[in-house]
Amino acid sequence: MTITFAREEIQQTINMIHKENLDIRTITMGISLLDCSSDDIGKMEKKIYDKITKNAGRLVEVGEQISARYGIPIINKRVSVTPIAIAAAQMNVDEMVRIAKTLNRAAREIGINFVGGFSALVQKGFTSGDLALIDAIPQALSETEFVCSSVNIGTTKAGINMDAVLKMGNVILKSAQLTSDNDGIAAAKLVVFCNAPEDNPFMAGAFHGVGEPDTVINVGVSGPGVVAKVVKKYPEADFSELSNLIKQTAFKITRMGELIARAASKALDVPFGIIDLSLAPTPAIGDSVAEILENMGLERCGTHGTTAALALLNDAVKKGGAMASSHVGGLSGAFIPVSEDAGMVRAVEEGALTLDKLEAMTCVCSVGLDMIALPGDVSAETVSAIIADEAAIGMINKKTTAVRVIPAIGKKAGDRVEFGGLLGGAPVIAVHPYSSKLFVHRGGRIPAPIISLTN
Amino acid sequence: MTMPREESNHAIITVIGRDQIGIIAWVSGRLAEYRVNILDISQTILNEFFTMIMVVDLEPSALKLDVLASTLEQEGDNKGLQVKVQHEDIFKFMHRI
Repeated sequence: MTITFAREEIQQTINMIHKENLDIRTITMGISLLDCSSDDIGKMEKKIYDKITKNAGRLVEVGEQISARYGIPIINKRVSVTPIAIAAAQMNVDEMVRIAKTLNRAAREIGINFVGGFSALVQKGFTSGDLALIDAIPQALSETEFVCSSVNIGTTKAGINMDAVLKMGNVILKSAQLTSDNDGIAAAKLVVFCNAPEDNPFMAGAFHGVGEPDTVINVGVSGPGVVAKVVKKYPEADFSELSNLIKQTAFKITRMGELIARAASKALDVPFGIIDLSLAPTPAIGDSVAEILENMGLERCGTHGTTAALALLNDAVKKGGAMASSHVGGLSGAFIPVSEDAGMVRAVEEGALTLDKLEAMTCVCSVGLDMIALPGDVSAETVSAIIADEAAIGMINKKTTAVRVIPAIGKKAGDRVEFGGLLGGAPVIAVHPYSSKLFVHRGGRIPAPIISLTN
Repeated sequence: MTMPREESNHAIITVIGRDQIGIIAWVSGRLAEYRVNILDISQTILNEFFTMIMVVDLEPSALKLDVLASTLEQEGDNKGLQVKVQHEDIFKFMHRI
């Protein structure tokens, strides 16, 4: 039986894809490396390479076939793996770097855009594998192209590991220094989490959690442009109506993700995990989360009212999306990366959006301080203190927060950095000049919070 | 929630562009050549802009949907027409529960 469609429905779908930048941001295949362990680094490299190339060998081809069949762009095909600090816990720093290069080789061989999972979970303390991996991050990221790294330094249940926070400030700075010729690109492939999700398909934070099956397909949808258009179309709508309009739009966007996820899962014979219904902006004009907030009636993103606008947006996206998919997970919400969002970039350039306001916005968005260029003379301790603030927000509010900042070596606030492609470019943002050194050097752990007496 | 069955081989063809003689003749001629059956067709002209939506069945055809899509898109491009061929499930998923 043929289902007939209204002309308006067909037109709407086509407009969403071709005029409003609706796309599937990523199909990410999670692959467990827990069965790749070996005392011998050579054997382990071979096992990892073979497992990834065997399981994800057809990922790009299948992604392209699905994209052609449904006429919707699928921007990225990616792989996430078991945190390497767990899978390769017995390895030393040099061996960790070799494993990163193995991941990079496998990624190149199968033609994917990124491989995530050069990761460690250290919210309560370090194993020897965690320490080796963290020490290996700057070299691993500066000598590979496709590898992404993440370190979880806190959770609501465990508190914040401040020794890890201090370490990560240094690791971020060193990663940027080693790639200073490319505006510190290595730091753009590194994210520090509190409450990291184990099924997130988005980079740089994707890894394949230990509770996941051997392989899994997770799909990240996008579509800030579609939401921005809807919000713009109804300038008179009150907040109840606005929320409903965003929910309906998020529903439609997520349905598309569900369709693609099912098709990919079937074609690859890999179980479907989750849809991540995040609004992920790109540097393209009209594909901006800041534009949505401005269309709600704010002259510039970052002015008073921005946090409230983002809270409404994030919640409506979750409500609409949750109804549209059988399994929602990952980060799911609105992303506010600065360099990847033309509206955010403009707001920073015009002085409307500051680091402090971005921090406030992360209390109600889905992730955290993302793709923010810091002055090159920033101290490791200041970076650590930024991480500590962000982790505290996540820990207390029982949500995921993250920090992906890029110290722009040799540049100062107001200068511009360029990362290229989907990572975009951004003005360097000012940090507070006052020192946090004594604070972050105290060491130890910030205890897990009480979860009653919630005021 | 029931999912659409994979067996359906229906696609939606949309053609948008400046009106000119022979657009429908060209599309339907091509489809007949590839043994693609037309199930439904609707067409309007708005401000000199031609818009056509066609529901087709690729079952009798030996041609894959993606090949049909790239062929028609390329030929349409030469005529100044924007042609899209998409499996119907994308519309079904978005607009029908």
